[in-house]
Amino acid sequence: MNDLISQNLNMIFKTPKGETVHALKDLNFTLKKGELLTVLGPSGCGKTTLLNITAGFIRPTSGNITLNNKEIDGPGVERGMVFQQGALFEWLTVAENVNFGLRMKKEDPVKTQKKVDEWLEIVGLKGFGNTPTYQLSGGMQQRVALARCLINDPDLILMDEPLGALDALTREKMQSLVLKIWKETGKTIILITHSVEEALLLGERLYVMAPRPGRIHKEYNLPFASMGLKEDLREIKKNKEFSEKREEILEMIWNMEEEIMGKDN
Amino acid sequence: MLTQILTFLIFFTVVGCILYGRRLIRTEKIDAVFGNPERALGGTHWVIVGSSFLLLIWLYYSWDIAKGFYPKSANELCQVAKVNDSLLGLKYQFPIEEREFKSTSQIKKENKNLILIQNEIQNSDELSSQQKTILISYIKKTNQLIPLLTNEDLLENDTKQKIDDITGKINLLTENFKKPDYPFETEPELNKRLKDVNEEGGWGITKVDAGSGSIENTLEVPLVPATYRGLKFHTAAQELNLISDEFFKLRNHNPQFKSKIKELKDEIKSYRKNLNDNEEVASTYAKNIVKIARRIEFASIYPPNALDKMQAAIIKFENAQKDAQGGLRFIDIFLFPAGTIVASGPSCSEQGSGRWLPKPSDTFNKFILMSKPSIGYKDIPLLWIQMVDVSKMIGFILPDWIADILPGEYPVHTKDGIVKQNFKGGVLKIVTGDFNLFKVPVPYGHIWDSFLRVFLGLVFGILIGVPLGLFMGLNRFAKGFFDPLIELYRPVPPLAWAPLIISVLGIDNTGKVFLLFMVSLSIMIISARAGASGTQLSKIHAAHSLGASKKQILIHVIFPNSLPEILTGIRVAVGMCWGTLVAAEFLAGTTGIGFVENVAKKYFQYEVIWITIFIMGMLGLLFDITLRKIINKTIPWRGKG
Repeated sequence: MNDLISQNLNMIFKTPKGETVHALKDLNFTLKKGELLTVLGPSGCGKTTLLNITAGFIRPTSGNITLNNKEIDGPGVERGMVFQQGALFEWLTVAENVNFGLRMKKEDPVKTQKKVDEWLEIVGLKGFGNTPTYQLSGGMQQRVALARCLINDPDLILMDEPLGALDALTREKMQSLVLKIWKETGKTIILITHSVEEALLLGERLYVMAPRPGRIHKEYNLPFASMGLKEDLREIKKNKEFSEKREEILEMIWNMEEEIMGKDN
Repeated sequence: MLTQILTFLIFFTVVGCILYGRRLIRTEKIDAVFGNPERALGGTHWVIVGSSFLLLIWLYYSWDIAKGFYPKSANELCQVAKVNDSLLGLKYQFPIEEREFKSTSQIKKENKNLILIQNEIQNSDELSSQQKTILISYIKKTNQLIPLLTNEDLLENDTKQKIDDITGKINLLTENFKKPDYPFETEPELNKRLKDVNEEGGWGITKVDAGSGSIENTLEVPLVPATYRGLKFHTAAQELNLISDEFFKLRNHNPQFKSKIKELKDEIKSYRKNLNDNEEVASTYAKNIVKIARRIEFASIYPPNALDKMQAAIIKFENAQKDAQGGLRFIDIFLFPAGTIVASGPSCSEQGSGRWLPKPSDTFNKFILMSKPSIGYKDIPLLWIQMVDVSKMIGFILPDWIADILPGEYPVHTKDGIVKQNFKGGVLKIVTGDFNLFKVPVPYGHIWDSFLRVFLGLVFGILIGVPLGLFMGLNRFAKGFFDPLIELYRPVPPLAWAPLIISVLGIDNTGKVFLLFMVSLSIMIISARAGASGTQLSKIHAAHSLGASKKQILIHVIFPNSLPEILTGIRVAVGMCWGTLVAAEFLAGTTGIGFVENVAKKYFQYEVIWITIFIMGMLGLLFDITLRKIINKTIPWRGKG
């Protein structure tokens, strides 16, 4: 059972003003091995909180979350994370960044070198091994971040808006890359995004979350990710079903936002 | 010679660079738009002009240009100054540079004093009316002394004769002075003078003491006249001194005046004698009146027209003297800006900018002199190498107690007076460095000492400050616990600690290194803390997710991430340490650049002061450039993350 299981997950924050914010309320879900879950929702719905809890960076207020029947208590190698801004170590080169996890495990440098080269080739950065990371473009930085995470062979990959800061063209290319890696490695992936299109394109399953309190509003099972493995992503976007789903979700989020604004006023 | 070449070189460079700059303005395309910041780029030629101007101002105001082009001008001006000095007393008798005759101003002054004292007496509550009458009669009598001196009819023939005599001497001097071969120097006199000139040395020369080998004070202006023109003035000055002495010995005391003043003095004397102890006020007034009378007696007060001829003679000499100066006057005006050479008594000195602004050539020569390890400053070279046996270093590093903890006893002398060495004794010799190995060169000297102090203080500060700062940036306990300590001592100016630390830890290296350690410690802690707490959370999260342990995160993520702050902190700390060190060396010590400057200050060695300033600037710049290079090399990602 390599599943990610969440049971009655609650997260309550206290703001500096003293108000309590119910970031997550009674979250229950199960993610099977090899599934690609995309999470969508307006800002403040607890997407990132969910990811941080899963990664082990914060502890939930109540409830528990298990991976492989093991309760998540602190960060671990089996859960790799890809951040919005790459979070690369700029004092290291591309290869050294990718190699970081293996070096921390004190693996044989000759062996790791080979692995690093392999992964650089998979993410399309062959020949960039010795480049300092601060000279890379945003898309290339995210490729390094992906390779750095995947070289550790994690069971679960957590992506926190990994493509959010990229331009449209690079974004499309990266989306294909994510799908390709998903297929080739068969990893379980949770991807958080702001973009409805991206959530539909990449998500085998899709959670639309709602804020105050943060909860799963609606759940979809989608065919587009499997289609995207064979077809061009742009073709899928022309699909009628895709457009309908997109409009439906957009409407849903729009309503949620309006509700919040109304509440604020 | 060098100064002359340099002056011309600077002049032509400046002109060339200005012409080049003007051409560039017309040809450079980006210059078309005013406000474009690129218009400020480049401009090495203006840097040359700027530095040249600085150098030129230095050369000019230190009078080095005068020295370069007219090396003997200072000596000649010294002779002229001697004449002016000798003539000063005589000139002040007449309205030549003053507004009125000395006699007139003296009379005015004493009359004023008499009126003042009279008013005081009249308004006094402590004097009886009888006393007042007596005292005022004394004032009247004192006042009546003046006409006895200023009446032409009373002027004695003898005095008249003497005045004519002095006038004649001045006129004779003027006549002689105008002659081209004055002062009629003979061959042996000439040779002796030239020998003296040679022995005395040139303007601004620095001599080295043959015995101790240390530098002595610089000869500011040579006194012995080196040129013929100088000799003329020198001799005239000597003659004028005699004439002036003769005049000031002369007293215009005719018999009437003598008897009157004697009468007055006796009268006041007996009056004061008869006063009681409780009539001290009257006594004091009487005493003050006598004082004024005495001043009138010894002032050179003459009848209005009695000295007319003498005045004319002095003016005539003044003109002759000015004519004889010739080109020297222009040199004085144009090449001795902001001051000139002045004489007082037998010695001459520079007065004005030439005094405190040392000449570049002198400074350079003195620097070369001081750089010689055999001379140095206060018997220590600025920077040199000495051979030190490695055993001394081993003895310094190994603690002496190693020998103490070994079993056995130290050797004891026998009854024959022989000391037999044993194992424990042998070890003691090793740990105290009492043996011979091979020698290695080790730098030493003032510059090295200063450098070493900064370096050691900095290294200790980094070794303790960086780990502590990182710890404080990451740990609530450490931050809370150490914050009060650091925040209490850090805002205190480092020099405020200096007297305390130097008196506790001694004037040697320990105190100074500790002071610098304190300076660098707080800076390093603060910068390392800022670096550690400034680490992006996502990087730390990423490292955690990649399986790094706490220690690994500290070494591989937080430390490299704080490196820009730490290195910037080191750069700041070096600057602070350097400034503090020099001041600390001022306070106490026996070596170091600051010590040199402090000693030089005591002896008015302006060149040495400027040399130390220059050395400090250069070393500070060197440190900064080195660190900047290191920073660019080690953290190329800075500002790009």
